[in-house]
Amino acid sequence: MRKVRFLGTAITIALVSVACGGTSTTPTTTAAAPESLVLLSHESFAAGVTEETFAGFTDETGIAVEVLAAGDAGATLNQAILTKEAPLGDVLFGVDTTFLSRALAEDLFVPHEAAPLADVPDDLQVDPSHRVTPIDFGDVCINYDKEGLSEAGLAPPAELADLTRPEYRGTLVVEHPATSSPGLAFLLATIAEFGEDGWTDFWVRLRDNDVAVTAGWDEAYYSSFSGGSGEGDRPLVVSYASSPPAEVIFSETPMDEAPTGVVTAGCYRQVEFAGVLKGTGNEGAAGSLVDFMLSPAFQEQIPLAWFVFPANETVELPPEFAEHTVVPESPAAIEPEAIESNREMWITEWEELMEG
Amino acid sequence: MNYVRPSRRRWTTWLLAALPVVFLGYLFVYPLVRILFTGLSGDGGAGSAFAELMNRRSLLGVAWFTFWQAALSTALTLVSALPITWVLSRFAFRGRSVVRAAMLVPFVLPTVVMGAAFLALAGPSGLIGVDLTGTVWIILWAHMVFNIAVVVRIVGGLWEHLDPRLEEAARLLGASRWQAFRTVTLPLLRPALGAAASIVFLFCFTSFGVVLILGGAEFSTIEVEIWRQVVGFLDLPVAAALAVVQLVGVTAALLAYSRYQQRHANQQSLRPIGETLRKPVTSREKIAVGATVGGTLVLVGGPPAVLVARSLRPGIDAYAGLGEELPGLPADPLAAVGNSLAFAAVAAVIALLVGLLSAAVVAYGRGAPSRWFDTVLMLPLGTSAVTIGFGFLIALDAPVDLRTAWILVPLAHALVAIPLVVRVAVPVMRSVEVRLREAALVLGASPVRAWSHVDLPMVARAGLVGAAFAFVVSLGEFGATQFIVRPDRPTVPTTIYRLLARPGELTFSRAMALSVVLMVMTVVVALSIERTRPGGLGGF
Repeated sequence: MRKVRFLGTAITIALVSVACGGTSTTPTTTAAAPESLVLLSHESFAAGVTEETFAGFTDETGIAVEVLAAGDAGATLNQAILTKEAPLGDVLFGVDTTFLSRALAEDLFVPHEAAPLADVPDDLQVDPSHRVTPIDFGDVCINYDKEGLSEAGLAPPAELADLTRPEYRGTLVVEHPATSSPGLAFLLATIAEFGEDGWTDFWVRLRDNDVAVTAGWDEAYYSSFSGGSGEGDRPLVVSYASSPPAEVIFSETPMDEAPTGVVTAGCYRQVEFAGVLKGTGNEGAAGSLVDFMLSPAFQEQIPLAWFVFPANETVELPPEFAEHTVVPESPAAIEPEAIESNREMWITEWEELMEG
Repeated sequence: MNYVRPSRRRWTTWLLAALPVVFLGYLFVYPLVRILFTGLSGDGGAGSAFAELMNRRSLLGVAWFTFWQAALSTALTLVSALPITWVLSRFAFRGRSVVRAAMLVPFVLPTVVMGAAFLALAGPSGLIGVDLTGTVWIILWAHMVFNIAVVVRIVGGLWEHLDPRLEEAARLLGASRWQAFRTVTLPLLRPALGAAASIVFLFCFTSFGVVLILGGAEFSTIEVEIWRQVVGFLDLPVAAALAVVQLVGVTAALLAYSRYQQRHANQQSLRPIGETLRKPVTSREKIAVGATVGGTLVLVGGPPAVLVARSLRPGIDAYAGLGEELPGLPADPLAAVGNSLAFAAVAAVIALLVGLLSAAVVAYGRGAPSRWFDTVLMLPLGTSAVTIGFGFLIALDAPVDLRTAWILVPLAHALVAIPLVVRVAVPVMRSVEVRLREAALVLGASPVRAWSHVDLPMVARAGLVGAAFAFVVSLGEFGATQFIVRPDRPTVPTTIYRLLARPGELTFSRAMALSVVLMVMTVVVALSIERTRPGGLGGF
């Protein structure tokens, strides 16, 4: 009988969990303030959300915020597009520069001019009609293993073109642009740097210089890169400008200096946007949620929760973050329209030339 | 089979089929049709989508690679799994059930974690000294490691009930060991071998993470292509056309399998495990058992062993730190363990209920309808996860908006687990001797009573094996779930993913430690479910 009871317990747990699961909130059409709002985002945003994240908003307005997440930024946007007629949430957060044009073309958002927008630098405000609001930005940059490079008698590369020189042979690992967001950002950085006519040459030389390609950031950083927590043997990797502070903050033993550094040339800036979804029925409340996400109360949490930079200039960076990272002065950027219309062609071309 | 009049039998079959039909119809067929229709009814319609597909030579290459690597992976998995399945089905030895449960470990580990382990073994600076990345060998090896459990479960589920005296008789009559196996045991195992092969084939045919992470840029499956077309380019027409190609291929393979299966069904007297297992006696047997277990553990255990070693690098701290909060890491591993167990329990209960009903329809039904039903049941395993996930989004908003309800996650898990339950149960159900049931009927038992006394004990045991399987599939958080929009309720695999998304020694060693916790959970859960013996069912 003991064993039967085990099965019974399992079923009871299951049923109780179903009962406690609660019902999900769907956008209602009433004009009155809703009890809760649904924020649709990607998995890596959900990873940084805690009970405190939206506490300030809930205290002020009495509206709870529920975060729904699935997949990466690309998958999330496509889900929002497929469900345009019956939106899954009130606000979509996490559309980045590489997907912005698609989101705007699909007419997903209601214009909303966020109150704290005056505190956001102009170069982040790419949509003059305010259908999307910039919330944070991050730079994809080459990281280097300080110890690994000095053992090999090498200096960090000063510019992207250095990577094709013989002394950097076999030192770099990049991510595949079709399967990885930093991979695509790095491809775009090379297109911005060498122009539409020159980037293929650069990649051919990089390929001949034994560059390694992995499917995702995890494999590049943890399995191929030799610096910090990497277990591989290559001292250069395409990662983020905020990776060195993460190495310090998440180290086993306290350290004064990050084991890795950032090459500030050839970085690509990704800006992440939020927008009020059309058909939400809660436009007013959804707009105030976007306002909140741009206010200091939310923006201050951004560096340590998601390892990117707040869009609001008035917010100070936490010291451990500011100390170990750099903000590249002139990161590359390509017009969203140009990315959307060329992405598939560029990636296919890249794949063909990498196959040799 | 003449104990019930045909008309009445058909009626009973339809009654049994009702729940599975509704379940599959609403959660699989309907979303699939909706998403394919959306994709193919766009500008230019289906014609232009297929024309585009044919124009891209690389996509034809992808289809061919998908097929041959799946066929080869299946063959290699069967060959490498048979020795350990034999040992586990025939010999009683200390640790037998732990070894059996441990086989499931690779099955549940997130691909990204297994990927890291394989790279540590056979990557550019790997332990075995050969860099296999970007070759087909590492893909085949990974598929083998992932799928050996499928063969051990499904074939073992029948083998451990085969009467050993049959083979002994053949030996007495002068057959060699090999002859006895080939002419007596192998034919009896055929239904289970076919069932296992079909599942392994489907898993490899729709392989995603393994090919993406280990195959490098050289290899791509239809599944990977669909994902790229949808997530990268939002090219729904081409993605839908690819999904149709995938479905046609899978359906053809399944129908062929199903015909084969019906032709080779055989009935035999199944024995309780207590009668079939014995201790290895001769030194030859002891060596055989030891070598097989050892060899299999080396083959399958390498990658998990790497994870254990890495989790222990900072000492026991990684485990001690699991309970402690870090800024930027929401990961409360204990809550994640709870969420995972709750999801898995719900998924297993649903899969068991729907799966056993379905298995009964397949096993006791006849002819084309039953064959088609069997095929449709298996299709979720052979359909791309992103297709199903996106199908849910456009199809499940009415009458009840299921799209963002958390129950959708265990429902999706169950969809994948049901075929496994069916595959474990059908060979056993079909093998139960009709004569036994007939004897019961002749002695005056009602059909239900005859079934519950004759078939149920054996079926219940198979059901538990299937339930453990379903539980474990759900623990490992399968494919489609990553494309389901859901309220944030992190499970163990999502927590591992999230830890690995941050650079840093702490996050890395904790991710490894949590992977080890997941392995231990798997073994413990599989062991405890299988030790459950519904009252009075004896040794089955």
